[in-house]
Amino acid sequence: MQLALTEEETAFREEMRTFFTTEVPQEIRDTVASGRHVGKDGIVTTQRILNQAGLAVPNWPVEWGGRDWTPMQRHIWHEEMQLACVPLPLAFNANMIGPVIANFGSQEHKERFLPPTANLDIWWCQGFSEPEAGSDLASLKTRAVRDGDDWVIDGQKAWTTLGQHADWIFVLARTDPDAPKKQAGISMLLVPMDTEGVTLRPVQLIDGGYEVNEVWFENVRVPGDALVGEENQGWTMAKFLLGNERVGVAPVGMVKRHLAELKRIAQDTGALEDPLLGAQVVDLENELLALELTALRVVAHSSDGKPHPASSVLKLKGTELQQAVSELFLDVVGPLALASDASEDASDASEVPVWAQTAAPNYLNLRKASIYGGSNEIQRQIIAGTILGL
Amino acid sequence: MDFTLDGEQTALRDAVRSLLKEYDAERRRTTVAQAPGFDEEMWGRFAEMGLLGLPFAEDDGGMGAGPVELAVVTEEIGRVLAPEPYVQAVVLAGGLVAAAGTPEQRKEVLGALSAGELVLAAALLEPDGRYDLAAGGVTASDGRLDGVKDPVPGGARADLLVVSARTEAGLGLFLVEQGDGVEVTDRATFDGTRAARVSFTGAAATPLGDLAVDATPVLERVAALARIAHAHEALGAMETALALTTSYLTSRKQFGVTLNRFQALTFRAADMYTSVELTRSIVTWATMVAADPTSSHERVLEAASRATLQVSRAGRHVGQEAIQLHGGIGMTAEYAVGHFTARLTALDHLLGDARFHNARLAQQLGDHDVVEPL
Repeated sequence: MQLALTEEETAFREEMRTFFTTEVPQEIRDTVASGRHVGKDGIVTTQRILNQAGLAVPNWPVEWGGRDWTPMQRHIWHEEMQLACVPLPLAFNANMIGPVIANFGSQEHKERFLPPTANLDIWWCQGFSEPEAGSDLASLKTRAVRDGDDWVIDGQKAWTTLGQHADWIFVLARTDPDAPKKQAGISMLLVPMDTEGVTLRPVQLIDGGYEVNEVWFENVRVPGDALVGEENQGWTMAKFLLGNERVGVAPVGMVKRHLAELKRIAQDTGALEDPLLGAQVVDLENELLALELTALRVVAHSSDGKPHPASSVLKLKGTELQQAVSELFLDVVGPLALASDASEDASDASEVPVWAQTAAPNYLNLRKASIYGGSNEIQRQIIAGTILGL
Repeated sequence: MDFTLDGEQTALRDAVRSLLKEYDAERRRTTVAQAPGFDEEMWGRFAEMGLLGLPFAEDDGGMGAGPVELAVVTEEIGRVLAPEPYVQAVVLAGGLVAAAGTPEQRKEVLGALSAGELVLAAALLEPDGRYDLAAGGVTASDGRLDGVKDPVPGGARADLLVVSARTEAGLGLFLVEQGDGVEVTDRATFDGTRAARVSFTGAAATPLGDLAVDATPVLERVAALARIAHAHEALGAMETALALTTSYLTSRKQFGVTLNRFQALTFRAADMYTSVELTRSIVTWATMVAADPTSSHERVLEAASRATLQVSRAGRHVGQEAIQLHGGIGMTAEYAVGHFTARLTALDHLLGDARFHNARLAQQLGDHDVVEPL
């Protein structure tokens, strides 16, 4: 047993910390720190700075910009970004379609897509869920039919996050409706968002913001090379992709920062003098510590890229704590949460501090955390089934 | 960062597990039914294996091992609910002698403890003192003790008591043998172990180490190590409680199917697993903090409080759910699972529960921005 980081890891952490706090514009990091959305420009600017320094896609194969880091280095990189309030590389590019193309795509696909995907010259969105296929993703109905060399796609996708900014969408579509298992007849296709027949409708969420969209495909024609890898191998790629999604899914650094901010505000306002609040903060700090240590255990003992079986615990507990901190944050803000203009054209000119204005939208927005990335009920199913053998 | 055991530690774990495997529910029941509440022969085998001298310097007759090895042993003890008073006698009482005793006292007492010739108990808690380890109800003057310690785990069988008492200089530690001026009432506790009420009336007491030095820091440090060891014991008990539960869910049939077909039950078992894994992380971390020679005194105390806070919450969760998921059979004394819940409940109230440690940590809330594990 060894508690400390190695000398190399400590130096690496210092290097990351210095880079994130000096190379990423202060303005962007301040926006993140205050709980506001950085918007498309902030995300693109940041990812290009990171990519320039080889820090956008370290988990990719080295020839496409990856870094061949140890799991611990990746963990440090990920945590330090969050602690420095750096917007993370766009997940759809960096964690999802990039690794899928690098793993399953043709050489031509790799050359064409990977460099602009790493640099966020292409903004990808995810066409997986459907109105009738949520947790039961394999029951998706969107279909793609061969027509000569082309594919013709029809169907509807749901919960397409940040699709309003996207240039391309990666789509799971049914290509063999007669396959013996529903998982076996699915393929992955790449579609430009400006293709005729693709329609996107933003969906307003309960926090007032626009994050997710519905996307319709009506007789959408794309060339044969829109197919990633082989026909009917889409489910394998989806599982590979969702596995990546769960790695680093516990936003420990971000939640720690949020809790520290809560504590600072509660100290400034005198709210922390309430021993009940103090006790709640202690509990959350302790649970976060247990979570972070569990993440470190998973990192330290994951081999050949396979996540530790306990990684479902990280998603489950990580999102619960993320929600719990946002809930307590709102308690600290109290009635001030109502003293801000929630209408869409509201100016920033409110006399109320930003942390008070963002607390309630953030609390409402984070209800999503226990739903996405495999809902927490799905995680319990995984724990019960694959770990406990129930 | 490395959370794994090395080769020697793994061998130690396997050896202890093998030694303790005879502790099935029946064997434990018959053992705890009569005084002294544990198996003296087993205690002798602990001595032969070097377990009783594990944390003490080789010069004092010990093995020179550290918190990691103690964690390995106590987790195995918790896994089978072995009733031997290992943590109280070795880690707590022995630890106090090691930390506060003169070289002669260390050699004499720890040598005999390691050899299994002398059983120790720590008499710290007092009837009105809650979790205070020296509440002031026992006082020392002119080499004599007066007052009452209660509960004293393993106090009746102990050959030698390590007692905390108020002195003119502050807090002192004393060695007291059973005999004149020491009245002991033994009790069987709800978790199958034993704890005594010990009344001192002008009892002859030997100062442990230098009485001019206030013993508070030593007592706090050793208590922290004992808390961490008990936390591993609790972790072992939680793992078994979960294993018993999953095994029951896959074998017990109702409505024509095994219980694991009911999602309402399997989800609750998944939450138990989550509690146990989080506990393993923080308890192992606390041991690593204690084992790291660069950790400050305050850091070790903090780590012990953090581990105990998690253990208290998780122990209640896992212990309660283990019974509920078993149903009525979990309530019976003849079935194993309820005994794990009882022991977890006892461990929770030995050296401070969640409320106590939360309050301690709350006093330091303003000292840090975020909690850093490293």
